[in-house]
Amino acid sequence: MLSRKTHLGILGGAPLGAAAANLNFQTPVTQVARDIYDLHLLLLYITGSIFVLVFGVMFWAILRHRKSAGHQAKHFHENTTVEIIWTVIPFLILVAMALPATRLILQQKSSAGAELTIKVTGYQWKWQYDYLDQNVRYMSHLATPQDAIVKTAGRNDNYLLEVDEPLVVPTGVKVRLLLTANDVIHSWWVPQLGVKQDAIPGFVRDTWFKVEQPGLYRGQCAELCGKDHGFMPIVVEAKSPADYQLWLAAKQKAAAANADDPNKVWKLDELKARGEKVFSQNCVACHQANGKGIPGAFPALDGSPIATKDKPAHIDIVLNGSKKNPAMAAWGKQLSDTDIAAVITYERNAWGNQTGDVVQPSEIKAARGGKA
Amino acid sequence: MAIAETTHAGHGDHHGKPQGLARWLYATNHKDIGSLYLWFAFSMFIFGGVLALCIRAELFRPGLQFWQPELFNQFTTLHGLIMVFGAIMPAFTGLANWLLPLMIGAPDMAFARMNNWSFWLLPPAALLLLISFAVPGGAAAAGWTMYAPLSTQMGMGMDLTIFAIHIMGVSSIMGSINIIVTILNLRAPGMGMMQMPMFAWATLITAYLIIAVMPVLAGVVTMVLTDRHFGTHFFNAAGGGDPVLYQHIFWFFGHPEVYIMALPAFGIVSHIIPTFSRKPLFGYTSMVYATSSIAILSFMVWAHHMFTTGMPATAQLFFMYATMLIAVPTGVKVFNWIGTMWQGSLSFETPMLFAVGFVCLFTVGGLSGVTLSIAAVDIQLQDTYYVVAHFHYVLVAGALFSLFAAIYYWFPKMTGRMYHEKLGKLHFWWSMIWFNVTFFPMHFLGLAGMPRRIPDYNLQFADFNAVASVGAFCFGLGQLIFLYNMISSIKHGQPAPQQPWESADTLEWQIPTPAPYHSFVEAPTLEVGENGAIKSMHGGKHH
Repeated sequence: MLSRKTHLGILGGAPLGAAAANLNFQTPVTQVARDIYDLHLLLLYITGSIFVLVFGVMFWAILRHRKSAGHQAKHFHENTTVEIIWTVIPFLILVAMALPATRLILQQKSSAGAELTIKVTGYQWKWQYDYLDQNVRYMSHLATPQDAIVKTAGRNDNYLLEVDEPLVVPTGVKVRLLLTANDVIHSWWVPQLGVKQDAIPGFVRDTWFKVEQPGLYRGQCAELCGKDHGFMPIVVEAKSPADYQLWLAAKQKAAAANADDPNKVWKLDELKARGEKVFSQNCVACHQANGKGIPGAFPALDGSPIATKDKPAHIDIVLNGSKKNPAMAAWGKQLSDTDIAAVITYERNAWGNQTGDVVQPSEIKAARGGKA
Repeated sequence: MAIAETTHAGHGDHHGKPQGLARWLYATNHKDIGSLYLWFAFSMFIFGGVLALCIRAELFRPGLQFWQPELFNQFTTLHGLIMVFGAIMPAFTGLANWLLPLMIGAPDMAFARMNNWSFWLLPPAALLLLISFAVPGGAAAAGWTMYAPLSTQMGMGMDLTIFAIHIMGVSSIMGSINIIVTILNLRAPGMGMMQMPMFAWATLITAYLIIAVMPVLAGVVTMVLTDRHFGTHFFNAAGGGDPVLYQHIFWFFGHPEVYIMALPAFGIVSHIIPTFSRKPLFGYTSMVYATSSIAILSFMVWAHHMFTTGMPATAQLFFMYATMLIAVPTGVKVFNWIGTMWQGSLSFETPMLFAVGFVCLFTVGGLSGVTLSIAAVDIQLQDTYYVVAHFHYVLVAGALFSLFAAIYYWFPKMTGRMYHEKLGKLHFWWSMIWFNVTFFPMHFLGLAGMPRRIPDYNLQFADFNAVASVGAFCFGLGQLIFLYNMISSIKHGQPAPQQPWESADTLEWQIPTPAPYHSFVEAPTLEVGENGAIKSMHGGKHH
């Protein structure tokens, strides 16, 4: 009756080209997700039958034992046998539900024997993936452009569920995730994998999955984590082990090539161009593309004294965060010297801030000096 | 007796009500205070409802149309806080104020002046929440659960919310002390504990729950406050704290809180269903024990709200088993209500419609609760719209429907007039239909993977969100039918007889309608059956 293929299109022509609405869990692609799917179906059948049975009796009474149908009330008000029966039977049903549930919980919790370990860090509002033994580390940001959110233009089927760099894993391999967070609690959830695990700042939790088929599996942060909670999706790309090795090699090579020479002296335009990219990935959510911020919540950079005059204070607040407003993170932990230099240069030369200041990576390195 | 004589003497020979604003500001009469609570709760219900409609307007279509995400989060947060602490809890306290003294033959609540204070604390608390929208940074936006460390990031709106919670906590603790002392000490001779009306039992147990857990809530929000301003690190790992500690403490309050909002509802329908079935309540004794065991179990299940925090398997299993166990006494209650209806002589006036609607929909919420209790499956459902659907079935179709049932049922006793029956029935069917249109599709949204508390969503969720939004606006509009019915019936309703329902048998129906302003200034001597059914009453004076 409720097979995995069951779909329902309501409202005639689905608005905005939306896919037909799904009535059940997404198609599972791991053994755990399949077990959850089947256990839920079992629960649905049991609870559904209870509902039909119990309310069948009630509606019988509503139809037959009405005053308007001339029914006289019988004045019984207890029956020990019946009461014992309807206490014991539900208890037995619950035991029957608990058995398969217990088995599945133990399976979900056994992350032993993993062949690949990836550290996942939640940030407001993006994910960082750190392949601990492979020396690969990168950020994964929402890829849906701001325009598509405010206007309807350019929305595709993966609206809000697309990222610039997915988490890439090999198929057929037990992958263990170590989760933590940098600021507040996030939750890493990919429905088709059957995995949801909170990422808790200051603590490490683990979970695992083993994908069978290559493909793209999408999810979202599931724990309210502030303003852009709805805009930090997760995409997992499962590749065959051979393709995964190719990807990994390419990624390692690119990382080596992209490593910036810390002593390079940059020109204003180069830094500004790079800074604009850094700004759009990290700063725009609060300070806004026009640099005006959100009055009352997030301060404007356009015309602010720090971003136009006090350069050391500017470097300090970006590196170490704000002491007054905990929403301003310490970016020194997340971004390279070059990226920080670039974004500060950009902020001092964008919008109405035409200071002409250039901040070099070496200055950031020096500013870190005392603290690192 | 002493209380009765003071009350009597204080009002001279006329026994008239104090007039004007003073009657309400200085109110010590349980009926006046009950009415204040109920009107306050209704206005908060409207306020919280408008916030809900702001949420549903934004979610009608994908994309951001009306609000920035930060403001959207403020709406979801305040909607939850206001409905829980401003609407449902005060409404039940208001009903308890109105009805308990009448049901047990007491002259008033035990502490009449404290009663005044417990009500008048509420408007300032609501005001704090209201003005928090206007302070820099806006209202609290960390969800009604206010999880740390997100709540330590907020602006001063969070501080206002914390103070509001403190004040509302004090108010509900005082209200509960009043209820407990009234029930334990002021019952008329002849009414033993095991003869008390179920409503008295339910509010008594609820009052104990409130006293047990409101201080826990006050404690945890105070810890957030000191983390925010005074350099403590309860929830900051860098200082040796633990963010998950917040959740443990919050839900140690939070789960009993669920029953604080459900048990009085159980009490209400345990009067309405027998009355309109023209039969005594089935299994009174087991109802009392079921209610008590639900209350006790509610302290042992809190971490089922936290299955995704990464607890060890043994903890998951313990909290799963304990949670599943609650289904047994809850099932007993549902079976008892149906047993009451079985072989009765049923009629379906508005209170009965809402009571039966309550039983059906509350059971839907209960069964989805059993599904959620299975930790293995909860991993997929935690923090999704499935949970939103589940708790609205329990709180809207549960608590709110029972409140409507209660208001319609006791309206004649409170006002001396009948409400408009046709409008009442319209209100029921309208609410019943649009409630389900709003919340049933949310089960599917959650299953398909839509997280809660997001202002925008993937296109696959568009259809059901559009349906839910239409349902929500219709449901909201329908509540104006109720408001109109109340106001016009208070003014122009048909005069009500003392016994409007043929077979209502508790004590409040043995005295004139409307209930005299000072009822039972002299306690009656009673002969009482189960569930507060009065077999005979001697004496008892009213003014």
